[in-house]
Amino acid sequence: MDLLAFARGPGMHWAMIVFAAGILWRVIGVLLLRGRSELSEPRSASQWKGLRLIGLRSWPRKEFLGGTAFGEIMGYTFHIGFLVALFFYLPHILFFEDVAKTVIGVNFRRVFGFDWPYLPGGAIYFFSAVSVAALIAVLVHRIASPVKRMLSNFDDYFSWFVTIAPIATGMLAYSHFAAPYPMMLALHLLSVELLMVWFPFGKLMHAFWMFAARGIQGVEFERKGASL
Amino acid sequence: MSAATGELKRAAGTSPGFACDRQGTRSDDERVAQAMRGFVEDFGRKAALYLESCIHCGMCAESCHFYEVTGDPKYTPVWKLEPLKQAYKREYGPFAPIFRLLNLKRAVSADQLAEWQHLLYDSCTMCGRCSLMCPMGIDIAGLISDARHGMARAGLVPAELREAADRGAAPADFKDRIGRLAAEHRIDIPLDKAKADVLCTISATEIEKYPASIVATAKIMQRLGADWTFRSDGYQANNFGLLAGDAQKQKEASMKLIDAAVACGAKSLILPECGHAYGALRWMGANIYGKPLPFQVLHISEFLAENVRSGKLRLKRLDKSATFHDPCQSSRRGGVIEAPREVLAALGVELKEMFPTRGTNWCCGGGGGVVDIRRADALRHKVFHLKMNQIDDTGAELPVTSCSDCRKTFDDGQTHYRWDKSMNSLLELVADNLAEA
Repeated sequence: MDLLAFARGPGMHWAMIVFAAGILWRVIGVLLLRGRSELSEPRSASQWKGLRLIGLRSWPRKEFLGGTAFGEIMGYTFHIGFLVALFFYLPHILFFEDVAKTVIGVNFRRVFGFDWPYLPGGAIYFFSAVSVAALIAVLVHRIASPVKRMLSNFDDYFSWFVTIAPIATGMLAYSHFAAPYPMMLALHLLSVELLMVWFPFGKLMHAFWMFAARGIQGVEFERKGASL
Repeated sequence: MSAATGELKRAAGTSPGFACDRQGTRSDDERVAQAMRGFVEDFGRKAALYLESCIHCGMCAESCHFYEVTGDPKYTPVWKLEPLKQAYKREYGPFAPIFRLLNLKRAVSADQLAEWQHLLYDSCTMCGRCSLMCPMGIDIAGLISDARHGMARAGLVPAELREAADRGAAPADFKDRIGRLAAEHRIDIPLDKAKADVLCTISATEIEKYPASIVATAKIMQRLGADWTFRSDGYQANNFGLLAGDAQKQKEASMKLIDAAVACGAKSLILPECGHAYGALRWMGANIYGKPLPFQVLHISEFLAENVRSGKLRLKRLDKSATFHDPCQSSRRGGVIEAPREVLAALGVELKEMFPTRGTNWCCGGGGGVVDIRRADALRHKVFHLKMNQIDDTGAELPVTSCSDCRKTFDDGQTHYRWDKSMNSLLELVADNLAEA
């Protein structure tokens, strides 16, 4: 079995298993911890309105914007570039459709009534390049900023690596610039698998936690009438 | 133990220039084990979710007054939680065995805990500004309170807070003081009535530094014709157990108030001008009691606003400009944001808001017990400079607040900087400007 066949076959299968099982383990591990009911009389009867914090906290309040603008802008830039490349590149869509069909028996067109839209390869390349540039800026900022440098650990740097690697290898495979295409495609797939394997163990899980944490804080603070 | 004795027991910690207080004669290993037990007690679903969510973006630093004035990265709010995070990830989280095996989080050490005393107590007022900044939605201030539980278990609390939490209230002294104040001001101050609709409480800071607040409370209650009392078995609303991180002492302090209110059949318990007292009883009291409280809990500014609104309390116009300093625990974290402003409006002041204000107002630097920790004075004064500038920028004639610990911090800062402004109590302003019915 050559490298590409491994990456397409057992490599991908095992990565998906670790990805799904790891996420489930971590999420269930937290959900099973005890929760505490609040017995104080709420100020607001509509505490669930606090869930709006999930959206509100997506951008800092004006009082906080000054010192955080760089982090916010770069963060959004690389996330948007990454997600566009992930979800709007035709080969990726075909892969997701195939996984959906074989694993859970869902046909996208039959469910939604239209085909999953995609962008031309050149546009995807552009978004990927923007994402890579923003990720490099984020890394430089992490190293240069005394606060971020102090907070950073293996998870921060390794998560950065497993995030940029699939984008960079994807760009190299698309442009036929570096190694032969089958080799670059194999490296691209392996880098994706590395990301999937690492995802449940490190900070990339914020993709899940973020919404839950904001929601919990929002409901708790709304209950008190506190500032959101 | 006096504060002076506490000072003698201070030994240099690993944080250069900062001391660490230790209670008891336990070994380092014992202290670490006890701290871990204290941390673990708080690891419910909510705390775990928050601890899982941090992405080390460091944005919380920008919201912290201690970081703002020093630029020192160690004052980054989430860094103050590092021992708690280590304990969670290494000992308690879903992947704890992997974290231990690969040493992805190092074990908490005694030296580290000693160093973190400065970060968890001297340089954090638990003001919660960072909680509003965190893009992940982590309530960092709430976790600081959790982390203090571990420190208290390990006997690593600043001497002043430990001593205050252990001392509790002194009823005999309180009775004497109330008697003297009543005689001096020729006002009836009911004490220990068997039955009363309203139980009023006061803060230790008011007893010690601002007894006029006690008289002001009596004047207002008398004007309202309220059926009210102070109770010598439950009068002190401060909760040094909460500030020290001693959950047992916190419970004892809260239960004194709750029991006193239940004993006299109070329909309302009025908390004094004290920020953390509000959070301790209004939002934590029922959980400590184990069921909903059988009476209403109001901050004094809420009580005043209610009576202004209903027309029962009429006030003379001050015709001055004022700015309101939001006490973090009652305002940002407690939800009492508009009530004091309603009262100021009734006093006819021109309100000149600070920037930022309300929920994002800067803390005075004295909350969370910091104003009582003497070794933290120099750092606190730096932080206060930020507040002073903020108030000066408004051009308001009267700075006003509704927290006696904030007021104490302002008075100390005023002396330190020879500032030309004095902080005013909203309660006392109201009492001094009662209009005839």
